[in-house]
Amino acid sequence: MAKLILNNVSKDFGTGRPAVSGLSLDVREGGFLALLGPSGCGKTTVLRMIAGFETPSDGAILLGERLLADPSRSLPPERRNMAMVFQSYALWQHMSVADNVGYPLKVRRVSKDTYQSRIRDALDTVRLADYADRRPAELSGGQRQRVALARCLVTRPDVVLLDEPLANLDRHLRQEMEETFREFHRRSGATMIYVTHDQREAMALATDIAVMSQGKLLQVAPPRAIYARPEGRTVGGLIGRGAVLSLAVPEQMPRTLEWDLLRELLENPPPGNRATEDILVRPEDVRLGGEGSAARVRAALYEGERYSVTLQLANGQTLQAFSRDEPRPGDIVLVTITSAWRLSPENTARPA
Amino acid sequence: MSGYVRPGNSQPALLFPFIAGVVVVLSVLPLVRLAMTGLSALAAGGAISVLADRALWAAAYYTLVTALWGTLISVAIGAFFAFVLTLTDIPGKGPLGFLFVLPMMIPPQVTALAWVQMSGPSSPLLKALGMAPPLGSPQPLYSAGGIALLYGVQHAPLVYLALRAGLMSVPRDGVEAALLSGASPFRTFRDIVLPLALPGMIAGAAIAFVSCIGNFGIPAILGIPASIYTLSTLIFTKFSAFTDRTFGEVALLSGIIALISVVGLAVQERALGRRDYRIAGQAGARATFSIGGWKFIFLPLLAVLLFFMLVAPFLALLAGSLVPAYGVPLTFQTLSFHAFEEVLLRQTITRTAFANSLFLATVTALGLLALSVLAGYVLSRRRDAAASLVASLIEIPYALPGIVVAVAFILVFAAPLPVFNVTLYGTIWIILIAYFASFFAVSLKPVVSAYRQLDPALEEAARLAGAGFFTRLKDILVPLIAPAAGASVILVFLIACNELTVSALLWSTGTQTLGVVIYNLDDSGSSDVASALSVLVVMMVVIMMLLLEGMAKHLPAGVVPWRS
Repeated sequence: MAKLILNNVSKDFGTGRPAVSGLSLDVREGGFLALLGPSGCGKTTVLRMIAGFETPSDGAILLGERLLADPSRSLPPERRNMAMVFQSYALWQHMSVADNVGYPLKVRRVSKDTYQSRIRDALDTVRLADYADRRPAELSGGQRQRVALARCLVTRPDVVLLDEPLANLDRHLRQEMEETFREFHRRSGATMIYVTHDQREAMALATDIAVMSQGKLLQVAPPRAIYARPEGRTVGGLIGRGAVLSLAVPEQMPRTLEWDLLRELLENPPPGNRATEDILVRPEDVRLGGEGSAARVRAALYEGERYSVTLQLANGQTLQAFSRDEPRPGDIVLVTITSAWRLSPENTARPA
Repeated sequence: MSGYVRPGNSQPALLFPFIAGVVVVLSVLPLVRLAMTGLSALAAGGAISVLADRALWAAAYYTLVTALWGTLISVAIGAFFAFVLTLTDIPGKGPLGFLFVLPMMIPPQVTALAWVQMSGPSSPLLKALGMAPPLGSPQPLYSAGGIALLYGVQHAPLVYLALRAGLMSVPRDGVEAALLSGASPFRTFRDIVLPLALPGMIAGAAIAFVSCIGNFGIPAILGIPASIYTLSTLIFTKFSAFTDRTFGEVALLSGIIALISVVGLAVQERALGRRDYRIAGQAGARATFSIGGWKFIFLPLLAVLLFFMLVAPFLALLAGSLVPAYGVPLTFQTLSFHAFEEVLLRQTITRTAFANSLFLATVTALGLLALSVLAGYVLSRRRDAAASLVASLIEIPYALPGIVVAVAFILVFAAPLPVFNVTLYGTIWIILIAYFASFFAVSLKPVVSAYRQLDPALEEAARLAGAGFFTRLKDILVPLIAPAAGASVILVFLIACNELTVSALLWSTGTQTLGVVIYNLDDSGSSDVASALSVLVVMMVVIMMLLLEGMAKHLPAGVVPWRS
């Protein structure tokens, strides 16, 4: 096994806008990378290029030293030693569960004993040993998903690809399957790439998250880092909740801003047309009541464990907050922002 | 490094060129040859002798007149059945629909023979019932009107099927909205249903017209005795009086038939292309008008029509096969199985014909299945212009009348093959190749629709499992499309087994097909033996259609041609 390298990869289907452009990404051996982005952002195309179903129109894909594909040649999927869990599971309905799981072994012509024992191991791992002789049509959605996963296990692939594998399952089954995926990753040690548009899923499963939008890779980082320190307005808007303020931050400030400075910027903005920049404020960092700046409650939405509150600041900008008590729309409340994050790394502020 | 493939090419590199090569041999070569022969005959002044020939103009006139009247009758009968069986809650829709489409699959020369046995002064059936007209009175079907009537019966199912497909998409809520707006059922039918159904009706009429133009069995049996020739029977007789100008002449005649057909096909294409006021509302929720007491009028009417279209001709055929000789009335004393003995045990010619037709149908069905599995894969995966060109080229020989295809293949294979120095003309192999060309589209259609229904991930999963093309074809794709492949084999077998038009021009001694033998037997006056053979053929058709009907549940929509 080795590191999977995508080097400046682009894919243009000739539709006018490239599906993927200039994407570079290293996936460390044994890593669990989530490719996260809204639908149509090119994440599935990236996955299909790694699998070999699409060929990059520019750049190269390597597994360690071995070239998998560049624009002039491509190793076909059947020679890449990868495995994939498809959104539709892609089980062959004319074969039993055991035959589905064992097919990659059958193609590789392993001995009969190895064949049987590897199938048994794989089905044990996904807790389906009793279902070996069933047909896929007789199984529930979650069971089918586990068969597809077992099929990935049998050959010890270098890379396991998962294409929105939980999209067709209900919420309860999803949590159970997430647990199965985590365990699968821990036991197999395979490099896994997981395409999803659900950031909660990505946060819960992955060791690293790669955020894509409009064919471009925006940021790669571990889940906690990407939540705490998103780069740029798009990632800030995609990951987690929160409001983006436009404030004229003085130069030479750290990325994390504290209340004293924020209060100053909110209540006494520097005069003139100073350039402003994007400041992300998470709702859990907004405290209501006590002291602080005045804000008007615009809306409050009950979410079960608390209210999600939309506030309008004195300067007209919008802020998100949580509250245990029900605020009434129109009320004036006092807010304190305990922490905020400058989305741009430098003071590349836009002129106002 | 080895093992890499060119980008953008996930298929075996030679598969598409192979299919394209097959299509060149089956479609392009014969049609180009036909066009060239026709054009050089024109250039050599052969046109003048052909065009000055009064027989040509008479044949063209009868072809058009019989086809137009035949189409009109088809539309009248087919539309009536389609409206009643699709839109109303009349009981017994399933069996009625199945019976109604039966004539479509029965060979036209058998239909013609059955109708001749049913009417006229020597009808065994009428004689047995004591209703036969006096001896010496003319057989009314030996006329242009008779030809048109039988065209109408034979092709009414085509109109029925095309119109039914259109009617199935009439949304129930649209009809209900019209009724709620206060429109009477009749008005709703006129204002809502009819406009939506019109393109299907036009398309059905066009395809019926093209089928009439190309029909050979009916005008051969009904027209030739009365010296009424259509273009296809004219070509047939030109071949029996062979001169050195024959090739040029028949090439021109075939060109005329092909042109008329292309016009008809273009009308159909346009009508179907415009059928796109498609249709908001629940799909599959069919509009059902309650006909209430009217069913006591409609049901007997449908039954009477089916009786005359189907039951009576078959009984006449049966009666004709049970009399000892033509013209003898059928009674319990005269009843004999002599004709069946002749067919099955005595006559070598019928046994040869059975052997030939079964051989041709089996090899055509299985050979085309192998081609279709490969071609269907390529055509359902590639979406480029080359693929759609190949797909249309496969359609052309099926869409063109069989007589045109037959002439084209004679022109290609009359001379010895260049390298091998073998002449295919006069052997069974030329019939086989012509069948491959004619029925490739029939075989391909179910297979392609099955491939299109497959989730591409099923094959991709097999690729990642490490399976190469032929491995995944064997293990994954073929098992998954097996029901459609089975339907394809049965359909091609059924059609090829009953084929007459192509083999009528291509047969020679020892290579007669069932269709040819039925025609020849009738032509030489052995109508009892011809009837017995026809009875067997009809029974075979019905059995195979029932087989397909039973499979229909497991097949993609549109695979069984008489179900929608």
